[in-house]
Amino acid sequence: MKDKTLLLIAIVTLALALLPLGFESNVVLNFLAFAMIITLAAQGWNVLGGFGGQFSFGHAAFFGTGAYGMALLQVRFGVNAWLAMPIAIALGAAVGYAIGFLSFRARLRGSYFALVTLAFAEVFRISANVWSFTGGAAGVLVPLKLDPWNMQFADKRLGYWLALALVALVLLITHRLRESRFGAQLIAIRENEDAARALGADALAVKLKAIALSGGITAAAGSLYTQKFLYLDATLAYGPWISVEALLAPIIGGIGTIFGPLLGAFLLLGLGEVTKTFFANLLGGARPGADLVVFGVLLILCVAFAPRGVLGLLARLRGRGA
Amino acid sequence: MSPLLRIEGLTKRFGGLLAVDDACLQVEAGSITGLIGPNGAGKTTLFTMIAGFAEPTQGEVFYKGERITELPTHVRTMRGIARTFQIVQPFAGLTVRENIAVGAHLRHRARADALAKAEEVAVQVGLEPLLDRPAHALTVAGRKRLELARALATEPQLLLLDEVLAGLNPSEIRDMIPVVRGIRDSGVTILIVEHVMQAVMSLCDTVYVLAEGRMIAAGPPADVARNQRVIEAYLGQGAAARLRDGAAHA
Repeated sequence: MKDKTLLLIAIVTLALALLPLGFESNVVLNFLAFAMIITLAAQGWNVLGGFGGQFSFGHAAFFGTGAYGMALLQVRFGVNAWLAMPIAIALGAAVGYAIGFLSFRARLRGSYFALVTLAFAEVFRISANVWSFTGGAAGVLVPLKLDPWNMQFADKRLGYWLALALVALVLLITHRLRESRFGAQLIAIRENEDAARALGADALAVKLKAIALSGGITAAAGSLYTQKFLYLDATLAYGPWISVEALLAPIIGGIGTIFGPLLGAFLLLGLGEVTKTFFANLLGGARPGADLVVFGVLLILCVAFAPRGVLGLLARLRGRGA
Repeated sequence: MSPLLRIEGLTKRFGGLLAVDDACLQVEAGSITGLIGPNGAGKTTLFTMIAGFAEPTQGEVFYKGERITELPTHVRTMRGIARTFQIVQPFAGLTVRENIAVGAHLRHRARADALAKAEEVAVQVGLEPLLDRPAHALTVAGRKRLELARALATEPQLLLLDEVLAGLNPSEIRDMIPVVRGIRDSGVTILIVEHVMQAVMSLCDTVYVLAEGRMIAAGPPADVARNQRVIEAYLGQGAAARLRDGAAHA
């Protein structure tokens, strides 16, 4: 069974890697690369929310820290992009640990924890918007120097493959998580924190480890975002949009599963594109926000009819058929 | 020989309510010690203080001669004290096997070892046929066994059982008693909070009686059952005298 999951990870990764060989279209490549970034952010959310049951509404705090960390290390300190990325990831993990320390030690759970994370993300957004170091409201621009040495690729496929490699790595990490003591204790805490403590789980330590890991993964998504668009402002990096996508993708794809975030990100972004095109054709012009309406409807449907996401729904249908 | 667990002058106050008042108790290694008392006597409160889920207002808890009064729960579990919950607390979304494995992970880092240990414990408590069922699909009796199994999987030296027989029917109780005795015979000391008198009488070496937060009697079960204060605590003041009179009239 363990080998089956590993095999599936290998197959999915290979299939995704081969995808851009069939297309020459820039639109498709951009879509794929962006889907990888959202997947990564969602995988980060899934570690804490899906496996640990701690629902964050503020994963923008980690995404933005990764994104700004990546940009500012290069622009202000002249750090090489390949070195900046691990530092940005570590910064995201540190922010995760700090937010976790403040909220978990105060025993915040459920909606209280969700609201506090939302508040932290907003504090980061507003701070980044006024601080001159982060470029203030004007944002920060990473100079365009197309060179693999700068993690800027003339061939867009390379950027996509880099993001895919990170997604695959996180697939492996989540797989390992499910097979480890840390993972077992994290899931136990999601199911029943008191019972987990009675069985020897140090609830605070486990949750802190989870939020640091979660923050690091989502920060990796942020750093990729920076390298893809080479421009950031406070709303792009710390805005609620990414908090929402990071939690919607796993919920729709399959919360607490290994492949849920990946599936959810593709569904979400695919549906977003279709909606935008559909309304643009129908009404003869772009209707910004139409995709958000569809996301909202999808979320309601999902919570009502498929609380364990598309993967959970598939498993249930298969169980009924067998 | 010093007892495995000793509590001294343990007191818990919730605002104006004195839930446990100056309670003392000893659990000898290798014994099954019972803690009984009428509803609201403070048994569960006393129990949570021993397990580390609540801090006493006053008094001390000693385990193997060491003071553990302020140790957090998970550290106590690490040292060999495991508890069950009166209101069962299964990890509902997980299978029986996964539930028990969470406990087993305490002493087994590797997943395979923890799963093997889980299976071994399941056999011991008679959950083996249900290993792959989701925990939420178990009957009450099954859930009580699961509580027991998870606690046992942490490989405790002292097992704190909080009403593992409550809510079971007489035949389920008959099935469960040998399981508890088997655990003791495997070398685990047991402190059991229980309402079911039949079980207390047949299982325990020593019984403590708590009433209105105070320890009112202690000794072998047969002696305690005849103790006038104990009868009155359960049946009301003057009950012992009335029972005697009733017996005389008959």
